[in-house]
Amino acid sequence: MDMKIYVCVKHVPDSAANIAVKDGNTIDDKISFLLNPYDEHAVTEAAALKKHLGRGEVIAISLGTEDVEKTLRSAMAMGADRSILVKTDRQRDSIFTARALKAAIDQDGSPAIIFTGRESIDMEGMQTMFRLGAAFGFPVASNVIKFTPEKNSATVESQTEGGGKNIYHLSMPCVLGVGRGINTPSYPTFPDVVKARKKEVKTIDVKDLNITPSPSSMSVISLEPFAQERRAREITGTPAEQVQTLVNILRNEAKVLN
Amino acid sequence: MEKTGVVIEIKKGRIKDANLGMIACARAANREVYALILNDTAENFREILEAHGVHAMVEITTGGADHTPWNPEQHTRAIITAMEALHIKALLALTTPMGRELLPRIAAALDAPLVMDCIDVDLEKGLARTTLYSGKTIGTIQVTGSHELFGIRPNVIAPVPVKTKAKMISMPIDTPVSGKFKTVEILPGQSSQTDITEADIIISGGRAMQSKENFDLLFQCAHTMGAAVGASRVAVDMGWVPYTMQVGQTGEKVSPRVYIACGISGSIQHFAGMKMSGMIIAINTNAEAAMVSNCDYFIEGDLFEIVPLLTQRLTQKAK
Ligand SMILES: Cc1cc2nc3c(=O)[nH]c(=O)nc-3n(C[C@H](O)[C@H](O)[C@H](O)COP(=O)(O)OP(=O)(O)OC[C@H]3O[C@@H](n4cnc5c(N)ncnc54)[C@H](O)[C@@H]3O)c2cc1C
Repeated sequence: MDMKIYVCVKHVPDSAANIAVKDGNTIDDKISFLLNPYDEHAVTEAAALKKHLGRGEVIAISLGTEDVEKTLRSAMAMGADRSILVKTDRQRDSIFTARALKAAIDQDGSPAIIFTGRESIDMEGMQTMFRLGAAFGFPVASNVIKFTPEKNSATVESQTEGGGKNIYHLSMPCVLGVGRGINTPSYPTFPDVVKARKKEVKTIDVKDLNITPSPSSMSVISLEPFAQERRAREITGTPAEQVQTLVNILRNEAKVLN
Repeated sequence: MEKTGVVIEIKKGRIKDANLGMIACARAANREVYALILNDTAENFREILEAHGVHAMVEITTGGADHTPWNPEQHTRAIITAMEALHIKALLALTTPMGRELLPRIAAALDAPLVMDCIDVDLEKGLARTTLYSGKTIGTIQVTGSHELFGIRPNVIAPVPVKTKAKMISMPIDTPVSGKFKTVEILPGQSSQTDITEADIIISGGRAMQSKENFDLLFQCAHTMGAAVGASRVAVDMGWVPYTMQVGQTGEKVSPRVYIACGISGSIQHFAGMKMSGMIIAINTNAEAAMVSNCDYFIEGDLFEIVPLLTQRLTQKAK
């Protein structure tokens, strides 16, 4: 049987978009949405693994509204062979998301490995990959900046502080949350984009997965724009005077110098 | 009384300062605070923990025969064992590389809610405040469940000194390493460098730095004031500095007391990582740059002139 490489991806607001709050706890979604930047690395790594093995199938999977198809097409243009859209009508917490992804993957096949990005740039939860791993009983590593596949196992480097690294050895199947630095995604060419239009997107309604809800939940009850008004005061004078003023500000106002 | 566990982070034999704000956050609820200390001598930290209101020190030693200095999977199971033994339902840790490894693993194992990178937590109500949408909004998140877990953003919550007497609980926990997940090697980072997520002052460089060598100007300047050095994504992508130094939406989210941006234009993605800074100072040749219009103080000038002068000035002061 063909080796199945799953990549969990998320449809998130464009990093350059201005975010406006709507109804007190959601955002105005009339902005452009894209493949989560960290997930670009996850798709790239999955495609590289397939190439390295010379076999296998890369399947992108996402939980979201119909619009998510656009992001799945991007993932397919970057190397996924087909994709699965688990349809829901709203933003879900990671507890539910992991359950839904697990159920949809179970229905599709048995994973050899699952890749995700280390976090999504909208909810910044940093946890879906761990919940997914727990649901499957697979080991998990996140913030992975180097991945070396071996026979039935993998060695990964996980980034820590000050440029440090932890090197872990995981049995396969496993779940890896990848960080920037693991690879350089190459952006799809026009033929890639055209080819991706013809690839399969299987749509499943989340209701049909009969997910047993968790007693635990996380819900955003209010959202406010975070814009700090700062008063941009100019430090003037000759360079020497400017530096003197700067030192005075650091010492007397910010109180960060002894 | 209900108990709140706080996972204490220790670096080079010292309790990281950021722990103290986290303890203050735990103290704000009318509960007992249990400081969990992993594989270290709790007594060494008694004085500072008792000065900040900790009720108990829990010294957890993992592994028995399978002891390893760091195995997040094994340490997760040890913390859960301690939480169960002591009836701890609420747990706090820092949103640092260590907290990012432990908290989600614990939450996943307990099927418990978790909010990372909190800037405020109300344990009684199960509410956490955190930035959402890449730092462009602040959200209040309600958690429900039999346990509640929170990752605290370092340096945002101020420490509150308060005296207590802490009892000592020693817990050797024999958790064998699972065959599925093993630590092969731990390669520490450069310990001489202050980590950007915990620094009081960050001096960052962008495209204008032009080269890896020129970043030395920032390192020298940082050294004179105990600052950490950060960078824009461009500086990272050019290969001048490592990824760990990147500030922004796809880098670190930092909240130092002072952020000095040298030759950084102030893209929306860069701001996403540093807008929580106490004070922002821009050094830029272009007075129209977004960084300049959104800062507290700016110098319209050439960083190659200003930064060395600043280093010189601070070195003189130090003498
Ligand atoms: C999905 C996505 C995620 C991203 N994530 C991040 C992120 O996490 N962090 C990040 O930083 N960027 C991120 N970016 C990139 C971001 O859009 C900008 O391209 C980047 O921040 C610009 O870097 P810069 O300010 O160093 O360079 P520039 O925008 O080129 O600015 C250089 C500045 O230096 C000034 N200057 C030039 N010479 C001098 C001198 N001698 N002295 C003083 N000033 C001088 C110029 O006036 C200018 O303001 C992301 C982009 C995308 C699409």
